[in-house]
Amino acid sequence: MDGNATITRRQFIVTAATAAGGLAIGLATGPSAFAATAGAQPWSSEDGHNPHDLDAFIAIEPDDSVLIRYVRSEMGQGSMTALPMIVTEELQCDWSKVRVEYASANRSVRENKVYGDMSSYGSHSVKLSREKMQQVGASARERLIAAAAARWGVQPQDCTAANSIVAHTATGRTFRYGELAGDAAKITLAKEPAIKTPDQYTFIGKPMPRIDVPPKTNGSAKFAIDTQLPDMVFAAINACPVPGGQLKSVDDSPLAAMPGVLQVVRLPDAVAVVATGSFWRAKQALAKLHPEWDVGDAGTTGSAQFSREYHAALDGPAEVARNNGNVDEAFPKAAKTLEAVYETPYLAHAAMEPMNATVHFQPDRLDIWIGTQAADQTIENAARVSGLNAEQIYIHNCFIGGAFGRKSQNDEMAQAIAIAKAVQRPVKLIWTREEDMRRDRFRPQAVTRFKAGLDANGMPVAWSMRSVIGSIFASLGMHRPGLKGPEPMAVAGLANNAYNVPNMRVDAVLKNTHLPVMFWRAPGENQNIFALESFVDEIAAVSGQDPYQFRRKLLEGKLDWLKVLDTVAEKSDWGKPLPKGKGRGIAICDNMGSLCAHVAEITVSTEGELKVDRVTVAVDPHYVVNPLTIAEQMEGGTIFGLSAALYGKITVKNGVPEQGNFDTYRMVRFAQAPKIDVYIVPSGGPAWGGAGEASTPPIMAAVANAIFAVTGKRIRSLPIMDHDLSAGSA
Amino acid sequence: MVTITVNGTQHQLDIEPDTPLLWALRDVVGLTGTKYGCGIAQCGACTVHINGQPMRSCSVPIANVDGASITTIEGLSPDGKHPVQQAWIAEDVPQCGYCQSGQIMAVAAFLKDRPSPTDADIDANITNICRCGTYERMRRAIHRAADLMKA
Repeated sequence: MDGNATITRRQFIVTAATAAGGLAIGLATGPSAFAATAGAQPWSSEDGHNPHDLDAFIAIEPDDSVLIRYVRSEMGQGSMTALPMIVTEELQCDWSKVRVEYASANRSVRENKVYGDMSSYGSHSVKLSREKMQQVGASARERLIAAAAARWGVQPQDCTAANSIVAHTATGRTFRYGELAGDAAKITLAKEPAIKTPDQYTFIGKPMPRIDVPPKTNGSAKFAIDTQLPDMVFAAINACPVPGGQLKSVDDSPLAAMPGVLQVVRLPDAVAVVATGSFWRAKQALAKLHPEWDVGDAGTTGSAQFSREYHAALDGPAEVARNNGNVDEAFPKAAKTLEAVYETPYLAHAAMEPMNATVHFQPDRLDIWIGTQAADQTIENAARVSGLNAEQIYIHNCFIGGAFGRKSQNDEMAQAIAIAKAVQRPVKLIWTREEDMRRDRFRPQAVTRFKAGLDANGMPVAWSMRSVIGSIFASLGMHRPGLKGPEPMAVAGLANNAYNVPNMRVDAVLKNTHLPVMFWRAPGENQNIFALESFVDEIAAVSGQDPYQFRRKLLEGKLDWLKVLDTVAEKSDWGKPLPKGKGRGIAICDNMGSLCAHVAEITVSTEGELKVDRVTVAVDPHYVVNPLTIAEQMEGGTIFGLSAALYGKITVKNGVPEQGNFDTYRMVRFAQAPKIDVYIVPSGGPAWGGAGEASTPPIMAAVANAIFAVTGKRIRSLPIMDHDLSAGSA
Repeated sequence: MVTITVNGTQHQLDIEPDTPLLWALRDVVGLTGTKYGCGIAQCGACTVHINGQPMRSCSVPIANVDGASITTIEGLSPDGKHPVQQAWIAEDVPQCGYCQSGQIMAVAAFLKDRPSPTDADIDANITNICRCGTYERMRRAIHRAADLMKA
């Protein structure tokens, strides 16, 4: 193949693909019958193979249906639709003939980690898989073309592929993909084809309905909790109510007469009851037990004490994350200084599907039905816990009923394996809502102090930021050798703030209590941005400047930030007068490579009742695979952040997390859900952003800043429900 | 022994009378579309219709529904094409999807009582929790479903 021929063929492919793209526009608004599909059961067959495999990622059946294996997890974020869209862009297959299933972690173990990183967190599913998915699609397309060309005895460069058909340009002869797949599977390309650059995309970028929606509207979508196996029994569990505590003893005589109760299983830090028939039986039996725990010193601790200790730690030694200029020299020269301390509580993830796992343990084989954010890590963990080899373990990853970071640590799986070994039967372990909430690995609590030195015009010339916050790495026992400064989550949003201030220092004090902490949607940013963007508003207020215009000045020259900020201001009618009792607040952040800004428009009654009426979101993810799912993530992430801002707190008494269910750990419902408008303003550039988390942080500050605009009250701690917003209150 | 009719099929259940309908449906009848979310009638993930009325099945003892006719998400329509289900698909509502069986069941019952709901009606009557925060799209889907039901 000479260079000219390559160019000619590429031009033709682009032309042909435009026709497919035109079709796709129709599909995007059309009925789901024309869309790709996911089965009710997302996990792959037994060992992740299909007789019609082209390779580990794609199988094409004789009827032209295309099976694409999705290497990550679907927990609501939509990348189970996005990644197959990326494959389709290059494969030039008919989207309506695409079926998607999870790639098998077992196959990956057996085949030299063919699926690589299978994790879904850090908003990175598209970011990390995009190139690979394009390559997989392009390679399959070229092999199909090569198979057709060989049958016709023509040159591959004289053939084109579009809409699941390979055509010989000169003669008009065609083969369907399904007729070629068997031959294509045997072809190895001498050289992998080049992949498209974003300007060549014709399918990526179109709003496509999520492939997993239909099974999620009729009850058929399989979540881990829905697993049913022959001879399966049910387990309920209570871990020590004080995290870190151990089981001393438990008297199981109260269960003697209970029907269906099989066994009490004692674990080092938990007690479980196994019953036949229903989970309810196991749960009821467990409630009759009164285990004795060794809770240690943690059993006397509480939230007020933690708060005092975290405030005191503000003056302790800190690890520096960023240091520009010299703040210590600049502060004395400032015309005015301003200081404020912010506080954010522990939070639970509270995914709607509580932690659960179903385990079938046999001497030489282990099957696990679970919702995990990282099946490749889960299979290794299962091997460690069970004593089997990873090759003997089958992770049947299910649709995940919400995760938000929690389901990257499968505590329930280790328990379920231990219980299955004890009872020698397939067992389904479910954490009650209370267990799920109180035995969470929580969003850390934090205390954050800001000090700003302003010049005569009210602009900051010196700015220090210090966070006292729980270390997630320490809590997980993770070591990051070579990590300079504090762990990234501790200063996320602070260290990477874009404000042009000549002297700036960001540091952190890592401080943990006995409560385990972990990643919670937009780790670090979800609390640091509340604090930072509220404090920016404080500076603007002291300087007598409009909060939007003040941020514009501080972001001078940062064109991508300004675009997002200007978009959200314009679309939200920023500056337009509102009736008394209403106001707007603005905030912006950089999260997982995407910029996101909110304007919240609120009403506060004289009695102090707050209603968030309308939220405008602008986001720059750099590139867009599926604008529909990005908009959905912006909407959902906003509500997630709003629940935290309005109601979210886990408090501790005698070492025990107090809130255990949705009556005390409140959520936004319809009555509190604002109208949300999303504007996507992709700026391109070398890096791709993520969409799953960006809209959670800024909404909290946007609402708090709006409260200041209406009432003059500055919210320096969350949740907002703990503040009296009524007129006349302090 | 309790007798219930679930989606048109009669079941005789020999279980403890305090067993919540939710667990009877999931673990005994074997219909898992109805979900456990909180166990205290807070979240609505377990919503089913009992003799046509929307109820949170996690808090209804099986003894209280002896002889009753139950409709679950699996029985809402024979083909998944109930107007609410159609509207949910058209508006691309579900994200994780776990709460959506309950949402759809709650809305299907609500629209029978209020065929032309206002946003305020929705706020006051649909109190199920969606942790993914799909309220914006659910609201649109409810209005769309109302239109479909009139068409």
